[in-house]
Amino acid sequence: MQYLVSVIDDKSNPGSTDRRPAISTFNERLIAEGYWVFSGGLADTDAATVIDNRGEQAVFSDGPFVESKEYLAGVWVWEAPDLDVALKLAAEASKVCDRKIEVRPFQ
Amino acid sequence: MSDVEEAITRAHHNEWARVVAALTRRFGDLDIAEEAAAEAFATAVQRWPADGVPPNPGAWLTTTANRKAIDRIRRENKRDDKHKEAQMVYGDGPPEPVGAIDDDRLRLIFTCCHPALAMQTRVALTLRMVGGLTVPEIARAFLVQETAMERRITRAKAKIKAARIPYRVPAVEDLPARVSGVLAVLYLVFNEGYLATGPDTDPLRHGLTAEAIRLTRLIRALLPGDGEVAGLLALMLLTEARRTARVSAGGELVPLAEQDRGAWDTGLIAEGHRLVRERLAAAAAGAAAGRYQILAAINAVHTAARDVRDTDWSQVLALYDQLVRLDPSPIIALNRAIAVAELDGPQVALAAVDRLEDKLAGYHAYHATRADLLRRQGHSQQSRAAYDRAIELAGNTAETAYLTRRRDQLR
Repeated sequence: MQYLVSVIDDKSNPGSTDRRPAISTFNERLIAEGYWVFSGGLADTDAATVIDNRGEQAVFSDGPFVESKEYLAGVWVWEAPDLDVALKLAAEASKVCDRKIEVRPFQ
Repeated sequence: MSDVEEAITRAHHNEWARVVAALTRRFGDLDIAEEAAAEAFATAVQRWPADGVPPNPGAWLTTTANRKAIDRIRRENKRDDKHKEAQMVYGDGPPEPVGAIDDDRLRLIFTCCHPALAMQTRVALTLRMVGGLTVPEIARAFLVQETAMERRITRAKAKIKAARIPYRVPAVEDLPARVSGVLAVLYLVFNEGYLATGPDTDPLRHGLTAEAIRLTRLIRALLPGDGEVAGLLALMLLTEARRTARVSAGGELVPLAEQDRGAWDTGLIAEGHRLVRERLAAAAAGAAAGRYQILAAINAVHTAARDVRDTDWSQVLALYDQLVRLDPSPIIALNRAIAVAELDGPQVALAAVDRLEDKLAGYHAYHATRADLLRRQGHSQQSRAAYDRAIELAGNTAETAYLTRRRDQLR
C-alpha cells in the first residue's frame, strides 16, 4: 500500500530551518527499512504555476492553485503494509521535520 | 415477549459482534460483514418462529451470514471484477501474528476506535459494528439526522478500507494508548446516556448507558488484566447504580447529598465495589492506578456511605489529590474543592474554586458550585448571581430545574 505523505508548513508560524541533516538521516532509515519510494522538498509556493487547458486554449496563472496560510512544503511516497505503520513513521517524520504531516493513501 | 423473540434478542446481544468480527476477518471488509450480519439476523427473525431456535444460534448466524456475504461477493464479481480484487486485498497476506489476546471482536473494537477516525465517528461505528445498534437508533440517541449518521458510518467504512486501517490487536507497546482510546469512546457513550436526564428524554438515550456497560463488560472479558478497563467498568456501574435516585419524580436533578440512598441499586454497587477492591489489591502490589480507577474509587467511597453524613471525605480528598497529580485539569480541581468544603468549610473551598475562574467561567458547574458555597456562607446575593449564571449555562432541563429551585429558596 502506498501513501502520499505531505509535509505541511505554516507561513505565519514556520517550522525550524535546520532540519535538513535530520531529514537525510531519516530518509536513509526509510530506504534501509524498505518504506521509501520517493521524497522531495518543494520550492516556495510563489514559484508555482497553474495551467488550465480545459477550454479553447491553455491559460497560465502565476502562483499556487489555492492561496493559504498552510501549504505543502514537501512530499514523500511510502510503501507501508497498513495505516498503523504509516502513522507511526509519520509521527517520527513530524518530529524530524518540525512540521505537521498529512498521510493519505493512494487509490 | 415470546420464547423465540427472546432467543433472537439474546442472540443479537451475544452474537452480533462475534458474527461481524468473524466476517470482517474472513472477507476483509466491514461493509460486507455488517450487511451480511444484518441479513442473517433478519433471516433468523423470519425463520426461527417456524423452524424453532437452532441448538447453537451463534453458529447458525455465522453460517447464514457467511452465505449471505458470499452471495453478495458473487453478485458483485459478475458486475465488476475490480471489486473482487479489492475484497481479496486482505485475504492473501501472511496470517497476522497472534498475540496473547486473540479474539476477532477485540480486533473489531480496535478498528472501530482507531485514532485516525474522528471521535464521533468512532462512537457511531463502535455502536453499529460492535454494539449492533441500528443506524436510526444511533441517530436518535445522538440527536442527529438519520441520513447524516448513515453518511458518517459509510464514510468511516470507506476510510478504513481506502487507508487500510488494520484489523488487528495493536502491538504490546501500543496497547495502553489504544485501550485508553477505546475506553474514551465507551465513556463518552455512557455519559451521553447518563446526562440525558429528564422525563421527556428519548428512552434510547438512556439505553446508551446500558450499551456502554455491556461493551465495557465485553472488553473486560477480553482484557481481564487491564486495570483501567476494570476501573471504567466499576465507575460506570457505581454511577448507573444511582440513576433512579438522581432524578426526582418531577424531573429535577437530585444531587448526591440529597439522594434517597435506599433507591440505589445494591447489586450494581456490590459489583462495582468488587472491581474497586480488585484494583486496590493490584495497587497495593505496585500497579499504578489510572484515572478511571481513581474515579471509580471515589465513587466507591460515596456509595459505601449509607447516609451522606457517613461519607469519608478525607478519603475522597486523598483520591482527588492522587487524581490531580495524574490529570491537572480544572474540572478535577473543581470537584476536589467540593470535598475540601466538607473537610475545611465552604470558605476555604470557595477560595480554591475562585482560582479556577479563568478556565471555567463558561462552565455551568463552576457557577453552581460557587453558588452553593456562597449560600452555605450566607452570602445570598452573590449566591443568587452565581445561580443565575449557572442556569444560563446549564444545558440539561433536570439540572436547570434543580438550580432554579435552589436559587428561589434563597432569601
